[in-house]
Amino acid sequence: MHPESRFLAHHFDSLEQQHEAATMGMWLFLATEILFFGGMFTAYGVYRSFYPQAFVAASHHLDVTIGTFNTGVLLTSSLTAALAVHAAQAGRRRAVIGFLVATMLLGATFLGVKGFEYHHKFVESLIPGHGFVFPGPHARHAELFFSLYFVMTAFHALHILIGLGVMAYVIVLTRRGQVTPEHHPSVELTGLYWHFVDIIWVFLFPLLYLIR
Amino acid sequence: MAHESISRTTYFTIFLILLALLVVTVRVADVDLGRFNFLAAMAIASVKAVLIAYYFMHLKTQTQLTRLFAGVGFAWLALLLVLTFADVATRLGG
Repeated sequence: MHPESRFLAHHFDSLEQQHEAATMGMWLFLATEILFFGGMFTAYGVYRSFYPQAFVAASHHLDVTIGTFNTGVLLTSSLTAALAVHAAQAGRRRAVIGFLVATMLLGATFLGVKGFEYHHKFVESLIPGHGFVFPGPHARHAELFFSLYFVMTAFHALHILIGLGVMAYVIVLTRRGQVTPEHHPSVELTGLYWHFVDIIWVFLFPLLYLIR
Repeated sequence: MAHESISRTTYFTIFLILLALLVVTVRVADVDLGRFNFLAAMAIASVKAVLIAYYFMHLKTQTQLTRLFAGVGFAWLALLLVLTFADVATRLGG
């Protein structure tokens, strides 16, 4: 009996076929995710083209330094996620867990900084709704910018949070010996998801923080 | 997995390029290029996204079928954006 056959589901001919199906299924899921965020990016683009000055004025209330730092944190977490997959391919289980823990810590750092930014917006009365206060002639359309800002960054943060949960589960799987050089879709697919969330941020950062 | 793996050196190189592009995009935003600021920011973000997808997400070593699945997601997004903005740009007189 093939040593890895305990991982082979009966409806697949080989592990290779099973892995390709898993990877394709993940990309199919990510395609739905691209369109989920795509709708919000489209709404952002339409309103930005309607009210460019208001978007510039509102964007100046975001801290570019903090945004740049957080982008760096997320890019670094993508590196550690890629290294976790690399370690899984080499069968280095302790390294897999180490890199996943590092990725989780970086993800948590990102969320912490995001929370700090949200708090700052609350103090500055920039939460859309009754208490929203914005100086100058663009108040109503600046409120629109902040609605988009909060919806897009909150959905992004939710994805980070889900990623942290999934990685905690993959660490458990790795400890149980479910990750081998020949079979590690849990690590591989979690990596795909995490990199996707990183790509979303790569577009959110210049669109929200870098309008001049 | 069955396909060949990407080396750690490659991962670190891509990571450094991504950080460099982050610095570039922040710096370019401070220079007034008119409407080219937006185009530059989106071009740099797209390059970063392609690097992440190709190397970190292993599209480099995937089968053509998997690449097709990945490409289709972005193709539909392109449809959404192109058709929406073709409408917005012409209907309201810019």
